[in-house]
Amino acid sequence: MVSWVQALKKTRNVFASAIQGVISDGAEIDELTLEQLEVALIRADLPPRLVAELISDLEENQLHGTQPPKEVLRDGLRARLVMQETDPFDFGVKPACILLLGVNGAGKTTTCAKLAHRAADMDRKVLLGAADTFRAAGTEQLRLWGERLNAPVVSGRQGSDASAVAFDAMDAAHARGMDLLFIDTAGRMHTKSHLMEELRKMVRAIQKRDPEAPHGTWMILDASLGQNSLNQAKIFHDAVPLTGLVITKLDGSSKAGFLFNVHQQLPGIPVLFTGLGEQAEDLVRFDADAFVEGLLSLGSGTGDD
Amino acid sequence: MFDQLTQSLQKTFKNLRGQGKLSEENVKDALREVRMALLEADVHFQVVKDFVAKVREQVMGEDVLNSVSPGQQFIKRVHDEMEALLGEKKVDFDRSTHPMAIVMLGLHGVGKTTTTGKLSRRFKEEGKKVLAVGCDIRRPAAVEQLRVLAEQAGVDMLGPNPGETVQALGVRAKNHAVLHGYDVVIYDTGGRLQIDDELVREVADLTSMTGAKNKVLVIDAAMGQESVSVAETFNERCGLTGLILTKLDGDARGGAALSVRSVTGCPILMIGTGEKQEDLQPFYPDRMANRILGMGDVISLVEKAQTMVDEDEMARMEKRMFSGKMDLEDFLKQLQQMKKLGSMTQIMDMMPGMPNVSAEQKAKAAEQGQTQSKRFEAIILSMTPRERQRPQLINSKRRQRIAAGSGTRVKDVNDLLKQFKQTQKMTKKLKAFKGGMGGKAARHMARSMR
Repeated sequence: MVSWVQALKKTRNVFASAIQGVISDGAEIDELTLEQLEVALIRADLPPRLVAELISDLEENQLHGTQPPKEVLRDGLRARLVMQETDPFDFGVKPACILLLGVNGAGKTTTCAKLAHRAADMDRKVLLGAADTFRAAGTEQLRLWGERLNAPVVSGRQGSDASAVAFDAMDAAHARGMDLLFIDTAGRMHTKSHLMEELRKMVRAIQKRDPEAPHGTWMILDASLGQNSLNQAKIFHDAVPLTGLVITKLDGSSKAGFLFNVHQQLPGIPVLFTGLGEQAEDLVRFDADAFVEGLLSLGSGTGDD
Repeated sequence: MFDQLTQSLQKTFKNLRGQGKLSEENVKDALREVRMALLEADVHFQVVKDFVAKVREQVMGEDVLNSVSPGQQFIKRVHDEMEALLGEKKVDFDRSTHPMAIVMLGLHGVGKTTTTGKLSRRFKEEGKKVLAVGCDIRRPAAVEQLRVLAEQAGVDMLGPNPGETVQALGVRAKNHAVLHGYDVVIYDTGGRLQIDDELVREVADLTSMTGAKNKVLVIDAAMGQESVSVAETFNERCGLTGLILTKLDGDARGGAALSVRSVTGCPILMIGTGEKQEDLQPFYPDRMANRILGMGDVISLVEKAQTMVDEDEMARMEKRMFSGKMDLEDFLKQLQQMKKLGSMTQIMDMMPGMPNVSAEQKAKAAEQGQTQSKRFEAIILSMTPRERQRPQLINSKRRQRIAAGSGTRVKDVNDLLKQFKQTQKMTKKLKAFKGGMGGKAARHMARSMR
């Protein structure tokens, strides 16, 4: 399996963050570097108020502390991103049903395919449910992925009832003795209450087959988002309690610093995976250390050679 | 957000009244608040810096001696400056060539294909012969998606042959369009990272080979700080001519609009506001400025009300109201019209100000309002037609039956009847008023009350 650092190798230059040039180990920092640091953190889409906090921590450390500033920053970030490590595919039941949710264009369908690939690699029997019956050719996209990956897909026609597709997929997963069922849902703006209601309806439909389902509700967040990501996550969480997050498109130049806000406001929802490219294998387990190092570009694999 | 910004600005300026002119010292805190608000709206840090410097220069020495509310005056300056930066409204595409060609560019998932469908429909409505070209050869079923959208829009579509490169497809489409007399050709390209040199070269080739005069960058309204580097790269490599902002039906403040506009200097041509093909609208800088600053979008609310509420139905109801014949049936229709406007929270978000109401309080109030109107609806629906027409029939026994039928309590039924009576009383007053001052004026009043 590809590691985070390996996956980033092809785009490593992108991760050469401004921060790296600003502070070196043990160096003193002055007013100017503080300003540069602030800019670098804001450019990474960290919430502005958190940036203000971090900068004041650095100032405080300057006066009374003994730690090198780089460590203060790294510790400060790492302490704000504490999540438990678990096996995301281990639900203790079979079939386990996972709903993939998010706004339009977040990368749900691609992620669905990547998850199937990953799970199949781990010898799990996977079924895909193409419940994006709204977008033109939305189910077609997943069906094509299914063909490429040799994974069975249950789908409905465009315009058909997404809940019915979800229910059928559940049925099929039981009948065929599958381990995992990933259901790809249509992208929806969190501000549209009737679409959020549709999501709740889908959950009720699934529960008719298995009252414990869905076993996972994972929200897909685009790394290039800004501070609106928090609203998105909050409102989705209100509609269908989320059990995991997936950050997509982290192979671009965006660094997804908004994650600190989401994590602070919705504690206990782990970030499970990160999408790092367009291919089926471009999905890695989220690694908080690597994420923070990526922000600071202090990691060994991201700029040494 | 505006609540926050207004509150803090009002606090900052509280002691300023009567001090004469604004000084650097006076505006320092205020500008810090503005800076924070803009950063939280995802405006690029450099754009924020320049913007704040500009506002500082402008407001310095401004007369606040007699201003009742320096805070409001200050925010108006901020707003006007931002509006100016956002550029002109209703800029058109470059139509100097025939056929006119548009290349759609952008990152993954911003809505290029959907927007291509919307644009096709728009030009078709102008009476143009439109060709949509599916140049996204990487995403599975992307060409299929465009095919379906083109069909919905009623325009022709051209996709790649097996093994065909994007450049070759572009040239073939261009020749096809000339040969068959198309007026508009829209090239939908695949999403790409601005840092992927090879793929950016591919679209740069496409734009030069097709000789397209319109090179449009599609940007997600919720995008963060990197919007600027994306726009810069596409601008350098392809020479952008315009921007389209998508997903404005969400609640992102849309700072990316200001960032990308100021960095590229390209006009914002249109905005995407929904999933349906008609959800493509002209761009209004003043509304966008409101949105970025988090001020209520009153104009949009009014427009939404106009399109959603059935005008004929309203006129009919108005007539009934003035004839004193308003019954519970009318009341029910009123409730249903209100519902069409969207959720109460949405409506409240579009309303300006309310500086002392927190977001939570707002949500709570909206929820209560919503629950109540839902309950009222259920109650009226549990009544017989006769009861709806003649509410005075509803005695205590009927009240019990209605409450049971609608799953409410008798108290709720009483509440409804009380509110209905009040509305009736008011319309009677209006009727008397109308008699006294003539129909037109009274109608005007009734309208403004709505």
